Amino acid sequence: MWIELAHFALISAMFIALFAGVISLVGAAKNKVAQMAIAKPSSILVCLLVSLSFAALINAFVNDDFSVLYVANHSNTLLPLIYKVSAVWGGHEGSLLLWILMLTWWSALVAVLSKKLPYEMLARILGVLNLVAFGFLLFILATSNPFLRILPAVFEGRDLNPLLQDPGLAIHPPLLYLGYVGFSVAYAFAVAALLSGKLDSAWARWSRPWTTAAWAFLTLGIMVGSWWSYYELGWGGWWFWDPVENASLMPWLVGTALMHSLAVTEKRGLFRHWTILLAISAFSLSLLGTFLVRSGVLTSVHAFATDPSRGLFILLFLVAVIGSSLILFAWRASKLQAQQSQNNPEKAISAFSIFSTESLLLVNNILLVVVCATVLLGTLYPLIVDVFNVGKISVGPPYFNAVFVPLMLPILLLVAIVNYSKWKQSSIMQNVLKNKLVIAYFVISLILAIIIPIVLNKQNSEQILLEKNNSILVEICLFAGIFLAINTIINTLIRIKQQASLFSVPMAFYGMQIAHFGLAIFVIGATIVSTYEIEKDIKLSAGESVTILDYTFKLNSIKIVEGANYSAAQGDFDLIQNNQVVNKLYPEKRNYFSSTMPMTEAAIDIGFWRDVYVSLAEPIDKDKPLDAWAMRIYYKPCVDWLWLGCLLMAVGGIISILDRRYRKGIVKQ
Amino acid sequence: MKNRHQKLAIIVLALIVIAAVVALVLNALNSNIALYISPSDVKAGKYPNDKIFRIGGLVKENSVQRQADGVSVSFIVTDTNNEVKVLYKGILPDLFSEGKGVVAQGKIDSQKNFVAQEVLAKHDENYMPPEAAKALQDAHVEGVKAKYENQENNK
Repeated sequence: MWIELAHFALISAMFIALFAGVISLVGAAKNKVAQMAIAKPSSILVCLLVSLSFAALINAFVNDDFSVLYVANHSNTLLPLIYKVSAVWGGHEGSLLLWILMLTWWSALVAVLSKKLPYEMLARILGVLNLVAFGFLLFILATSNPFLRILPAVFEGRDLNPLLQDPGLAIHPPLLYLGYVGFSVAYAFAVAALLSGKLDSAWARWSRPWTTAAWAFLTLGIMVGSWWSYYELGWGGWWFWDPVENASLMPWLVGTALMHSLAVTEKRGLFRHWTILLAISAFSLSLLGTFLVRSGVLTSVHAFATDPSRGLFILLFLVAVIGSSLILFAWRASKLQAQQSQNNPEKAISAFSIFSTESLLLVNNILLVVVCATVLLGTLYPLIVDVFNVGKISVGPPYFNAVFVPLMLPILLLVAIVNYSKWKQSSIMQNVLKNKLVIAYFVISLILAIIIPIVLNKQNSEQILLEKNNSILVEICLFAGIFLAINTIINTLIRIKQQASLFSVPMAFYGMQIAHFGLAIFVIGATIVSTYEIEKDIKLSAGESVTILDYTFKLNSIKIVEGANYSAAQGDFDLIQNNQVVNKLYPEKRNYFSSTMPMTEAAIDIGFWRDVYVSLAEPIDKDKPLDAWAMRIYYKPCVDWLWLGCLLMAVGGIISILDRRYRKGIVKQ
Repeated sequence: MKNRHQKLAIIVLALIVIAAVVALVLNALNSNIALYISPSDVKAGKYPNDKIFRIGGLVKENSVQRQADGVSVSFIVTDTNNEVKVLYKGILPDLFSEGKGVVAQGKIDSQKNFVAQEVLAKHDENYMPPEAAKALQDAHVEGVKAKYENQENNK
């Protein structure tokens, strides 16, 4: 019964979203208050209806209602409760419902929190969000309905893909979707600005917190995904340049550009068209990501069972969104310009000095967009080649590394020197070059960047290393990371000293410095782990051991253990350092009862300076599973810095949202 | 006048940056694209000698052999018409098994064996890599064609 009700709620939500979207946009255009008034309650109503149907689906999973096809395909009575709940978004239909749920939550939040927004603007923003929600509701109801019944009901479900039976599934998709979908708010702000022809610093100040929030969630989502792929699967890597990873990285890059360009739009009233285009691109890239993941057009680890009709629908939706926004942009953009110059005749709009903050942010924006374009090219190239039928190709990680790293390096230096720049004035050169402090830590960073590789090379000299640690790029990346880290700390301290107390420094400043510090930590971690990690694939039997650097891995035994819905071969390792057992490691190879697919559960000893990592591959002789095993052992220096860095970036974003000026109604110029 | 110089400088700078990026991208693409080649084409000698490429197909039943060191394996990839022997040192993905689809990336050595640097993992047991699917389909089409032509000839 609940399922039918949920289905009905979803259908109602679709119609309400459509009508409310159209009516509030028309009302805003004709300036009819009664029609605009529909926007707010309808957004909340749509949100409630979608939440209701989502709750019903959770209920069906928890109560093992296998008369629902989607539940029967993705759950099982033996599944632990937490995985029954997260299995709701373990398949295509449910994950799409989660996407819609997030979208309606964002719009409801905008409806509730934006009391200071002009009425007409709020109506436009919610109108656009409602139309987007309509598009996705139509999509789910037409091609991927999670509420279909099977009659007669089956006794037992097919179980969740064992790979997804992990806490990672509970948090990775929701965070990622919050980020992806959050850009729809930035998009709605942009479209509303185009429709109204009003784009001033107040507009930028209103849309900044939303954009930053979406970006912070996207950062967290990518971080958790990366961490998940690191410890699950026994892959041991943290980024594979898989098309689906790229699909999340592209909106992140453009979203980062958008955040910074919004800052210029708010403070100086510049880059307005550029900001609008970035907002449209960020959301379009989120949709493109959905298309790539859901259509199965690309070979990817995320490509689960796919369906061409779904891909076609998203493609059409994507074309409609991008096409209509660009047409709107072409039609209205010039009007935007005129209005702004009239409002602020005193500002000489397009003139600014070469070495001002604006310029730095402009270069940062251009670089980020160029990087995004190269990632897009590498991701879509195989697809394009395939479409033109000139063969099948793949573009591997070396392409992305070769392009990504050199283009991102200048950004790091820009981030550092932005602390010494001012709006409008060309003062960087004097500020940086004549500042003895800067020169001092420049030299310190340089020395560290030279010494660290020498020390690490010496430490690793006995091990067979991958031949990648000779590149000068290692020193350059280390230098950039260390320089930026010191720079953000010093400038934060200087700023605090200048102010009366810790709390009179704006939150936005703290947020920025924390995020930039996170970036530095990320870069240092990424450089060290990708250069100095040690990987060993070996055969071990009980009683044997292997040594990497000063760690010895002793395999005591292999035994069979039983879990709730699987049985596993489990290795019992002593991790020995300086003749002392410092940790016990229990890597597993699981066989789930409902699946023929074995699962690797790696065992990791996590540390600030290094992780050591053991995963079982397979028994040498399949008939003797307690005998010798092939296994993989990793030594990963500073690998956790990657996620720490991402976490700091997201935290920085959230802190800057708390800045007092976003809560004020009126601009203080 | 000064403004114009400034603009000119920015444009020139932008062009230089764009040229550098394009050069970087083209160079990276050129050296890092892996063509996909079916086992039948490999048998026919249609593969690049100096570049990495990918093959895909099914792992032949009973063809997986493990060497004494425990981590070197060899197996045969087939598109049902032709076969290529693949050598690989390392850990195979969980979903690697005989009779299932596989994609490997590497080069052909002097003994005409395919030395894989990478054997690709997949998330889902029901999922077939598109490359492997295409190889099987092409081989099937070739096979049907050959059979048809045989029948024609016999008439």
